Amino acid sequence: MTKFANMKIIFNIKYRQLLEFIVESMIRISGYSAVLFVFLIFVFLMQESLPTFADVRVGDLWNQRWYPIENYFGILPLLSGSLIITLGAAIVSIPLGIMTAIFIAEIAPRWLREILKPLVEILGGVPSVVLGFLGITVLAPIVREELYLPTGLTAFTGAILLAGMAIPTIVSVAEDALDAVPKEYKDAALAIGATRWQTIWRVTLPAARSGVLTAIMLGIGRAIGETMTVMMVTGNAPQMASGIGSLFVSLRTMTATIAAEMGEVANGSLHYHVLFSIGLVLFIISFIVNISASAVLFRSRKRTERLLS
Amino acid sequence: MRFIKRNNSTIVLIICVLILSACDKEYSNLQNSDGVDSITLTNKGSDTIVNLALAWSEAYSIINPNISISVTGGGSGTGIAAMINGTVDIANASRKMKEKEYINAKDNGYNPVEYVIARDGIAVIVHPHNPIDQLTLQQLSDIFSGKISNWLDVGGEDRPIVGLSREVNSGTHVYFLEAVVRMGDKSNKTFFSPSTLLLPSSEGITSEISQNPNAIGYDGLGYVTDEVKVVAVSSLDNTNYYVIPTIETVIDNSYPISRALYMYLPGEPTGSHKDYIDWIYTSEAQLIVEELGFVPVN
Repeated sequence: MTKFANMKIIFNIKYRQLLEFIVESMIRISGYSAVLFVFLIFVFLMQESLPTFADVRVGDLWNQRWYPIENYFGILPLLSGSLIITLGAAIVSIPLGIMTAIFIAEIAPRWLREILKPLVEILGGVPSVVLGFLGITVLAPIVREELYLPTGLTAFTGAILLAGMAIPTIVSVAEDALDAVPKEYKDAALAIGATRWQTIWRVTLPAARSGVLTAIMLGIGRAIGETMTVMMVTGNAPQMASGIGSLFVSLRTMTATIAAEMGEVANGSLHYHVLFSIGLVLFIISFIVNISASAVLFRSRKRTERLLS
Repeated sequence: MRFIKRNNSTIVLIICVLILSACDKEYSNLQNSDGVDSITLTNKGSDTIVNLALAWSEAYSIINPNISISVTGGGSGTGIAAMINGTVDIANASRKMKEKEYINAKDNGYNPVEYVIARDGIAVIVHPHNPIDQLTLQQLSDIFSGKISNWLDVGGEDRPIVGLSREVNSGTHVYFLEAVVRMGDKSNKTFFSPSTLLLPSSEGITSEISQNPNAIGYDGLGYVTDEVKVVAVSSLDNTNYYVIPTIETVIDNSYPISRALYMYLPGEPTGSHKDYIDWIYTSEAQLIVEELGFVPVN
């Protein structure tokens, strides 16, 4: 009887160890696979885009005319278009998003906060094609009439919609970061006579810096990678953007170019490879943004550690 | 213990689902490969016709499951060349075969037969409140290449012109570039102005034009709605005679921005080739022509 019970216990322990091992390795594989996938995507992008450089000189890519059906593959209009539209979206969404996050986390009463945060998050779940449709039918005519522009399908319209998509991300992540700042910090600041604004600006926000920066990055990342909305509302004219005034003309982004042209392009043709090169450029841009943001975070964390020690 | 057990049953369930879905895949593969004496027709050529040919091949494979038609693009010239070399059964072309191509075909022992399978008429459209009713081909070329940028220059109101075009991968874009912007002149290297808006869909063009009095665009005749105004266009030779695109003016060739779409076969068709060509002229197939924005031939 006892022997049997012992065996049962041993079996249970073995069984648990096995299960533990399985679960642990599954989690480990998931963790590694994220890195592996990024690496594989990079390899695939390289493999599909490198043939470009056998047929097109880099100088021809670094050119101002994008007309792929007659072999003009200048990506400058697309690159500048993406950058200007993302910049426009950042100018609108960062201040608005962070201020909304501060309001929800620090100023709004509890009950309002319970309503506002889920509402903002629902806004983040609106499909981009729906936003694009709203942009075409509602926002574009307003932009054209109010700003006296020839057409409402401009980079500005796209930037506003992209800001609308980035704000929920920024608010949600930044609010979590602000909320996680220990109450003692705020109490201490208020105790030494700081006003509420001074507490928010000088204590809470700097303490939540890394989270807020992550929020901005995620928001901008969403804006630069967004395809459907910009394809629908920015007009897709491949002209060079030069300066902030270009916000009010039609521009073409890299993402919209890939989306619009990939469907019809002959597999393995030069045009196909050039589209993958654009994908590679987008990949490199987001890689740089991520690396530099982590570098900033790392540096500021070290400084905080130094100050605290 | 019970918690762990329940976990196990979830894993088992997931594995079952995976296995079942794998089974389903194998099953559908089997189904596909059971057409024993299936015939494949190859169909290659004009990119303008690719979508039409694909829609036809899909519809035809439902009626006639033993025949599958594989459709590829590549351009009219590629399709005709492949037919002359005997590598495809049917060539699609948005232009007539050239004399030289006929000679090459005869040399290879073929006697190409031409079929006009549909017509393609492209309407120039503006906002309903735009006072412009008619434009010459030269004016259209200047508008889309950016030489004219105000409606005043073509007799309209003092407004900037916003040109709208389909995306560059669209066959209509290429045809409009060749027939209107370059006015049919092969040596002409005029481009669409870089500020021309490239919209991904016909609906996008229609919706922008219906709300923007500055806009001008073009679209297949089948896509024109009541929310936009169609402009009459005069041909290069007769600049005083403006024609509104309708199915009739496209068929009698008096409207300048229209063309016939062709299929070429290497000889008088027999058997399944003939069945397919005959089917193309049925009202069912010609309805697909209309759905895709082309003009049916009967």
